[in-house]
Amino acid sequence: MTSTPTIPPLTGTITVDVPVERAFRTFTDAFGSWWPAEYHIGQADMATAILEPRESGRWYEQGTDGSECDWGRVLAWEPPRRLVVTWQINGQWQYDPDPAHASEIEVRFTADGPDQTTVTLEHRQLERLVDGQALRDGITSGGGWASLLEQFAKAATNQT
Amino acid sequence: MNTNGVDGLGLLGDPTRRAIFELLARHPCTVGELAQQLPITRSAVSQHLRVLKDGGLVVSQAQGTRRIYRLNPDGVTALRAYLDRVWAEALTAFGKAAQAAPLDPEQEDR
Repeated sequence: MTSTPTIPPLTGTITVDVPVERAFRTFTDAFGSWWPAEYHIGQADMATAILEPRESGRWYEQGTDGSECDWGRVLAWEPPRRLVVTWQINGQWQYDPDPAHASEIEVRFTADGPDQTTVTLEHRQLERLVDGQALRDGITSGGGWASLLEQFAKAATNQT
Repeated sequence: MNTNGVDGLGLLGDPTRRAIFELLARHPCTVGELAQQLPITRSAVSQHLRVLKDGGLVVSQAQGTRRIYRLNPDGVTALRAYLDRVWAEALTAFGKAAQAAPLDPEQEDR
């Protein structure tokens, strides 16, 4: 339906000195332990974020008050090599349940050796997030994504 | 977080403005082309375009005698740049966690 121009995907990569199984488990099971808590969409402060370990699993945050907010869901669960999840947080900072508005994140875990793993991440179909949403406006006016991501980046940078 | 995005909601909260925005997302248009596709007058289209332009969503460019309106490409560029930073930082945080935190001993799928 959407004929919004395509936005090129984002990619990132990191090499860690751990076995591929451990890299995968850290990314998934321990997701809440490394994702900066400042970056969340719920009203309440974020207690943790959870990636359910199965296809069709939920990806969501849990607030300190027990509330939950969805972020996306698991499309492919292939431990320890590959993970695909949707990112359905729209420009108004809300979970958008419409699958047509879901961008995708694919994470690949490649064993370079017994104790070294390269993790490659691709965030694609970003144009689905902007379709009919105020995303661009959020960016240009300093609200929504811009502030959110700035705060996130700051938080991530300060984390050691 | 104190962000609420109310301003953004206001700009695209108007159904006609949203329709214009979505038409421009498909391809750049002149005021006349937009008016042809919408049940409003050219002057109403112009008014909405002015609001979208002031809000930074839309830019215009003169082409001969015509003025072409398009979505502000910097918006998308900014989105990408931000998300790019997000993932760079998130992966760094992940890398630290992977190498630092001993996982619970049950992690044995090898």
